[in-house]
Amino acid sequence: MHVFKSDVAIVGAGGAGLRAAIAVAEADPSLTVALISKVYPMRSHTVAAEGGAAGVVQAHDSLQHHFDDTVSGGDWLCEQDAVDYFVAHCTEEMVQLEHWGCPWSRKDDGHVDIRAFGGMKIERTWFAADKTGFHMLHTLFQTSIKYPSIKRFDEYFCCDLIVEDGRCQGALAIGIGTGEFTLIQAKAVIIATGGAGRVFRQNTNGGIVTGDGMALAYRHGVPLRDMEFVQYHPTCLPGSGLLITEACRGEGGIMVNKDGRRYLQDYGLGPADPWPRKKAMELGPRDRLCQAFWHEEQNGRTIATAQGEAVHLDLRHLGKKKLHQRLPQICEMAEAFLGVDPVDAPIPVRPAVHYTMGGIQVDIKTASPLPGLYAAGECSSIGIHGANRLGSNSLAELCVFGKVAGSEAARFATSTTAGNSTTIERQADAARQRAMKLVNRSKGSERISVLRNEMALSMERGCGIYRNGTDMQATCEKIDELKLRYRNVEVGDKSSVWNTEWLLAIELGYLLDVAQAIAYSALNRKESRGAHQRLDGFDQRDDANYLKHSLAQYADAGPPRIDYGRVAITRSQPGTRAYGAAGEQAERDRKHGEAIDE
Amino acid sequence: MNETRKVIAIEVLRYRPELDEKPFFQTYQVPFTEEMSVLQGLLYIKDELDGTLSFRWSCRMAICGSCGAMIDGVPKLGCHTFLRDYYPNKLRVEPLAHFPIERDLVVGADDFIGKLERIKPYIVPKEPRTLAEGEYLQTPAQLERILQFSSCINCMLCYAACPQYGLDPAFIGPGVLALLHRYNADSRDSARAERMELVNAEEGVWSCTAVGYCSEVCPKGVDPANAVNQNKTTSAVDYFVHLVRPKGAGR
Repeated sequence: MHVFKSDVAIVGAGGAGLRAAIAVAEADPSLTVALISKVYPMRSHTVAAEGGAAGVVQAHDSLQHHFDDTVSGGDWLCEQDAVDYFVAHCTEEMVQLEHWGCPWSRKDDGHVDIRAFGGMKIERTWFAADKTGFHMLHTLFQTSIKYPSIKRFDEYFCCDLIVEDGRCQGALAIGIGTGEFTLIQAKAVIIATGGAGRVFRQNTNGGIVTGDGMALAYRHGVPLRDMEFVQYHPTCLPGSGLLITEACRGEGGIMVNKDGRRYLQDYGLGPADPWPRKKAMELGPRDRLCQAFWHEEQNGRTIATAQGEAVHLDLRHLGKKKLHQRLPQICEMAEAFLGVDPVDAPIPVRPAVHYTMGGIQVDIKTASPLPGLYAAGECSSIGIHGANRLGSNSLAELCVFGKVAGSEAARFATSTTAGNSTTIERQADAARQRAMKLVNRSKGSERISVLRNEMALSMERGCGIYRNGTDMQATCEKIDELKLRYRNVEVGDKSSVWNTEWLLAIELGYLLDVAQAIAYSALNRKESRGAHQRLDGFDQRDDANYLKHSLAQYADAGPPRIDYGRVAITRSQPGTRAYGAAGEQAERDRKHGEAIDE
Repeated sequence: MNETRKVIAIEVLRYRPELDEKPFFQTYQVPFTEEMSVLQGLLYIKDELDGTLSFRWSCRMAICGSCGAMIDGVPKLGCHTFLRDYYPNKLRVEPLAHFPIERDLVVGADDFIGKLERIKPYIVPKEPRTLAEGEYLQTPAQLERILQFSSCINCMLCYAACPQYGLDPAFIGPGVLALLHRYNADSRDSARAERMELVNAEEGVWSCTAVGYCSEVCPKGVDPANAVNQNKTTSAVDYFVHLVRPKGAGR
């Protein structure tokens, strides 16, 4: 086994991992950073983010507004201290990216332009056309090349964390091109492996988004928090689930059902006009828009396509020039994948799984309960998204908390010494043998793709936009069964070089663990909040019993234990979450109330 | 929906260095629907027919740059190329030309990444600024000069298309030269002179024989040939400036 000694190891080199690596390098250039990624960094799924990243810039906007939008958008399940830190640091991170060369779209005067986004009261979404994630990722990757202390392990697949002496001290990785194992020793480890959307069938995620880091931390006893909150994105291509950015609606796009009606006005988001209008209609939050689609489908008002039911996203009134300038990738995708030119015809769209609000439990400094282990980005639950994330908060999160993770891990690494190499290597060897068991044993009886498809279908059925106890229970049982069957999974490929079948089998193990955490957390939350909506008598938010975080605790055999943790509420007491005219009225009432209080 | 599913033959180049003395073609029969991409065809093979076939992929939407391959001899992204366009003929999928095959459709990308790392692909600021001072101003026109070249997804199709890179792997090549140009043309940057040393060197722009196939195969309209050409002009200007103004002379 190869051994590499580093100060800070980072697993995952998407937006959060790269930002963290740069933060370590800037905090202390003498620290060696091992940046481990199963793909070349610029292939990471940050690349597919389209619409933009939040950061307050306008004079009539404020951190308080961004805070309020985020906390109410999250249905008050947010860690309010973390949200405060977040909104206060978004803008400087956006400026930092600008200094590093990110080609933000500009206004005529040369200042960075911003656009409207769902659930946001005032325009504060920075964007680079409709390829914001792509440009942010390439900017971060290319900038990271400047720092000699960042040692990349590109196409190294992390198969375990090394926990020794009560703290995380490294990672074990498979060099994909050789099949050889490398132990990457570290004084601190940051997980930045992104989400787990591939747990579901129709999703916007790339094939690599398999919850690796979540599962690894979870198996080592770190709770996965709020996993039942899975975001569906309302505008995706039917069948493939490919993402059609919310920026389409930020720019003024409308959504209509088969009768041509802007149906969102029938779901508490109206009135329809004037349009565009913030925090109303098509610029409502994602959970509400997906729920509206579900009802339209139930009531037979959606449009049948070869790939299933859809509604129409109509951009025609924006005109060719604006579409090509602001939404070039959407035009290209609609043309390539549907043969539709959005200049002339509406795009059929439907909800698909997009984002995991929950993740590895970390505190406001990105530290997990396991000493030496940090997490940032979608894999983490720092608590800013609550029960529903607002669009453009996740790209900002990568930067704000990627940087914190880097600084904190650097500080921790400086204040500690490397552990005992002999015991660490012994541990790594045991982990290596566990990983090798999948290829070494004789023929298994279960096909990877069969298990994966059964999981994805069952998750969609039990943990979809609307949920009920019976279906969630069935999904929990299905995942339990699949985990048992996984013990006999077949890896026919016995070779070392680029054995992707082996890696798929390991990923399937990660997916199943994460799926189980999602399903059991969902089953146990007997209320409706944000993206977790129940139809079986628990259709209201229940602050008395469930204004708390779910904590899924891994169990070696059998289902996870679901515990609960308190929510940090500093200054925004849970209120009514309202959008459209109702939201405007609620805001007037609130202001009126404050005026009387004074 | 159509009950009789069409079936297309996909002929894939296989090579497993531990097992195969040399590459060979293996043909798979793949049922497909109208919207299925070549990548989805490969995924069908991997899931249903032969788990040992290896290839890179991720985003499925032509932005991560992973799934480039020679499809009937033309460098293309698998996710952005559709089986319906080849049916009823069979379809041949091979690894990207001009790169060493690691296994099956996976090629070694080290050379490309190494070149990318050499060109200083980051801003070296003209006037350093603190974050508190806010963003650099950049007009839409200044942005326009770099936007196209910053759209490179590093898919390496242009390298597979470039006859010169095929002959001489030392050539920096179209994609990386486009990125180099992207930074040189950025109103915020000051490292042009350092990068021009690479541009002017033997493996820089002068290796390009102006075939233009790189731009034809680019899935993102980056037009690397244009970047290379613009740098030939600048490189030539540099050369003449160098003749009339010896090093060390003031401006």
